[in-house]
This record gives sequence, structure tokens and C-alpha cells, in this order.
Amino acid sequence: MTQGVDVAGVYVRDQDEALEFYVEKVGFRVHTDVKNGDYRWLTVQHPDQPSFQLGLFVPGPPVHDAATAQTLKAVVAKGAMPPLVLVVDDCRAAYDQMRERGVEFTQEPVARYGSVDAGFRDPSGNGWKLIQERR
Amino acid sequence: MSGGPASQDPELLRRLLRAKDRMDAASHEDWPVGRLARVSGVSEAHFARSFNQAFGVPPHRYLLTRRIERATALLRDTDRSITEIAFETGWRSLGTFGRTFRDVTGQSPSAVRARARASAQGLDRVPACIVSAAHRPHLTMAVSEKRRRVGSAK
Repeated sequence: MTQGVDVAGVYVRDQDEALEFYVEKVGFRVHTDVKNGDYRWLTVQHPDQPSFQLGLFVPGPPVHDAATAQTLKAVVAKGAMPPLVLVVDDCRAAYDQMRERGVEFTQEPVARYGSVDAGFRDPSGNGWKLIQERR
Repeated sequence: MSGGPASQDPELLRRLLRAKDRMDAASHEDWPVGRLARVSGVSEAHFARSFNQAFGVPPHRYLLTRRIERATALLRDTDRSITEIAFETGWRSLGTFGRTFRDVTGQSPSAVRARARASAQGLDRVPACIVSAAHRPHLTMAVSEKRRRVGSAK
């Protein structure tokens, strides 16, 4: 595929913390990590999904003024950003593994609607659903 | 800046979110302010005010909306009796459940069950948690206040 969504990003409070979380605890890998002055373009991706990158961006200069950055950080910390969905083959196995690694789960795996889903947050407050693929 | 949406420390907000998450995960449990304050690592005196400022609703009222939301889902998705659902969602008496449910949603549990069954179409394409949140009741005033207003309008 040559056309389609390539990068979508989430705001995080700290890129080092987010990198450690998404790589060490969720199992993503770094795609791009480039600094330009104070700005850092950081994306990670799922190992099975090379066509998509998740950007991990910190609100702040040069993109945002201080008040806007503060607002964005507050919105993320309140868990008010849009939902994110991670699809897995086995929700309970992924839950066990991620919890072992210290991921903060907000919902234990629940079987419903022919699937199993759980919920977790990244350290910044972004909320993920962990959903087992229906077969 | 005082009281504005962006005036609270993000670190505090993240910890308040943890208390909200814990209520979400176990809304059937009792959540006295002291327990919530401990989850957030703030004093009891500060917790309710900080939570209200962050999420626009006092913690107890938030808990009620989650219980009603969960009861509504169980009414829609299961054949469990209304009594069973009342106790499963954290009420100690069926009377309190029915009264609060009507005060919040404007309908009785049995009417909500009948209506939900008649209108549930295509929601299996949306993640369940999101369907649930979309059905969360709005509770912009205290239940006691809502009762007063409905009562005086009759």
C-alpha cells in the first residue's frame, strides 16, 4: 500500500517516559527518534504493522505557546483524549504480560460481544482499549 | 488563573484520573472520599474540590452515573432481574436503586429495559466501552436538586 494514514500522534508528558512505556512495556519499537534543537520527532510502531507509526509528542514550544501547552497537558492528564485501540490475538495473555511489566490497567479482561477486552493507560493518561480480534 | 480548566497541575490531574478510573473499574464498591483521596495521594479536604474542578462533577455524583450506566447496560444485555442488577451495581436497597434510576434517567428500570431492547441495532461494530460511555447518563445537578425540580414542575 502506498496511500493511507502513515502517522497519528498522541500527546505525552515526557518523551523518555513514553518511549520506555511503549517499547519496554507495550512491545512497540522505535521507528524515528530525531532531535532538532528542543524539538524531538519521536514515533513508535507495532512490530506487526510497519505501515503505521504512532507519534509521541510533547505539547510545548515551538509548536505551542505556554498556555496552550498547559491546556493540552491537562487534557491528556484528565484522560480526555480520544480512545485508542490495540488489537491482540489473546487479550488475557497480553494483559498478563503487560501487567507483569507494570502497565496500569483500568479494566481487567472482560468477555463480551464475542470478544475479550481490557483497558490500560499510558503514564501520561492516554487511554487504550486492548481488544481481542474476533475470529 | 484560578479555577480555569488549565489551572490544575497535570501531575495532580493524572492522579485524580486514577481515582476516577478506580471508580469506573469497580463502581459497585463503596467509594468514600477517604478511599478516593488515598488513590490520588491528596488530602480528603482537597480531594472532592479538586475532582469536581477537574471533571466538572462531584465524585459521589460521578459514581452514581457510572452505576446507572452499568445498570442500564445490564438491563439491556442480560436477562437478570432488576433486583439482581440493583445489588450487583452497588445499591443496598431496591427502593433506592429504582428511585435514583428514575431521578437520573427519567424512566423506570423496566421501561429502559424494554426500550433498549427495541432499539439496539448495529452497536456491535463499536467497542463496548465506547457504547457504554455514550449511554452514560448526564447528571449536571445533584439528584436531590433534580428531584426538587421535577417535583415542583408537576
